[in-house]
Amino acid sequence: MLKIRKSGMQTTVQDLGRTGFQKYGVIASGAMDPIAHRLANLLVGNEEQAATLEITLVGPVIEFAEDAIIALCGGDLDPKVDGVAIKMWRMLTVAKGSTLTFGEPRIGARCYLAIAGGIDVPLMMGSRSTYLRAGIGGFQGRALEKGDLLAVGQMIPQQQKALQQNTENEFDWLVPPVRYFDEPVIRMMSGRQFDLFDADSKKRIFNEAFAVSSNSDRMGYRLEGPRLALETPAELISEAVAFGSIQVPADGNPIVLLADRQTTGGYPKIGQAASVDLPLISQLKPGQQLRFREISLADAQQRLVEQEQSIRELKAAIQLKWEEWT
Amino acid sequence: MDPSFSPLGDQAIVIELGNDINEQTGQLVRKVSALLESRQPEWMIEFIPAFVTVTVFFNPGVALYEDVRMELAELLTHLGDDLAVESRTVEIPVCYGGDFGPDLDFVAQHNGLTRREVIDIHTAGTYSVNMIGFAPGFPFLRGMSERISAPRRDSPRLRIPERTVGIAGMQTGVYPIETPGGWQLIGRTPLRLFRPENEIPSLLRAGDKVIFREISEEDYHSWEENPDAENP
Repeated sequence: MLKIRKSGMQTTVQDLGRTGFQKYGVIASGAMDPIAHRLANLLVGNEEQAATLEITLVGPVIEFAEDAIIALCGGDLDPKVDGVAIKMWRMLTVAKGSTLTFGEPRIGARCYLAIAGGIDVPLMMGSRSTYLRAGIGGFQGRALEKGDLLAVGQMIPQQQKALQQNTENEFDWLVPPVRYFDEPVIRMMSGRQFDLFDADSKKRIFNEAFAVSSNSDRMGYRLEGPRLALETPAELISEAVAFGSIQVPADGNPIVLLADRQTTGGYPKIGQAASVDLPLISQLKPGQQLRFREISLADAQQRLVEQEQSIRELKAAIQLKWEEWT
Repeated sequence: MDPSFSPLGDQAIVIELGNDINEQTGQLVRKVSALLESRQPEWMIEFIPAFVTVTVFFNPGVALYEDVRMELAELLTHLGDDLAVESRTVEIPVCYGGDFGPDLDFVAQHNGLTRREVIDIHTAGTYSVNMIGFAPGFPFLRGMSERISAPRRDSPRLRIPERTVGIAGMQTGVYPIETPGGWQLIGRTPLRLFRPENEIPSLLRAGDKVIFREISEEDYHSWEENPDAENP
């Protein structure tokens, strides 16, 4: 059981999202930084899709009601257990009664807390992710609040054994941390309506920096920079959008669509962020800047396949470590 | 037109089946959806049908874009007339005006009609569901009479209660969940359009016909106690 002593800015239960219901207008949701979410789960011996807590900028205060194995991956929000700084990207044990707190965000905006057994909330349409707008999924369909009690799922025997045998609170192995950047270069493929934009916009999207506006959330990041415009105004027919679609409404400020995007949209899409770079966007704070660089579809796919390959290798290495407790 | 294909990023492909919104293209979209549903290619994660497109999300670890494109092109040659697409008519009861429809007066004045006339025109139409999107279970409906069209509000309301019926331009629709929005609100239905506990969480599906029927406030309240009923 986890006791929420303070809520933080926005702490939600997330997994890898709701699949198969977008055709009914049900948004995907899921972790904004799926790589950090998956690595945190793998470290504690969970399945990749187990539910974690997505912690945003100002962290919560969480008390552990039982001994637990945890891992924190993603943005560095200065995590501490009982006031002592802890390391991220590795497996830790925490004792019953100890308290997890966070300080000032150092790099990144979202930190994932995985716990052996996973956060135990009911499956809703095949997922444990919180769908804030519809008020369903996750913990009672909302962000966590002070006083909430979260159940933890049943640990597998290996996890129980690891917890019993480990007296140190820190294991001596870690996954290579994902590098986040203060001003990342996001690789972008041309969007379906790229050619509808005027020549100036097609140049400036790649040559100038854009800032993440304060009006940004899990649905999308609104960017401020050069105004982008179509060659001639066009009425588009709404169609599906994806995680990382970069659409441009009439005001000329692009929006990068993220985990809580709507399923369809009618604004022209100038581009689409490469999947491998999505975590770099999701970890940006309002006010930070990013730039776009062109990438071909073939290259973007190649990078994605390579990324999956390296996660598979990490997973195999972590499983080898876990065999110690079989 | 022949279907055309283009990428939506590195994990999705858009099948374009027409250039404008019409019944024929809508049927094609539904046939392609039915075909994908029955074939379930192993690389497919899910698909999103829209007005003239079907977007298929795929797993690049199983197949890359070019292979997916070729397989889809081949698959679409099996798009015969044999796939019967079910069409249903769904009646949506609506309590018009009052607190449920604070903009009914505006819509009437804007069109030089009485409130009664707006209601009569709205309930006289037969509407087709062109697509589901924007919100869970939200139907984009075609077929509203021009005589009751009304512009969106200049500043959107921050909260529109779930199940509110509205008009925006030539569109009418029902908000399945509480959302902000700029539509002119004319009434509310006791019927739930979004049913997350169901295997198919949307009451309406693309291709359905919709008719609106006026109910009294009294009927509304007794129906609301049993919001999934087809009848009170």
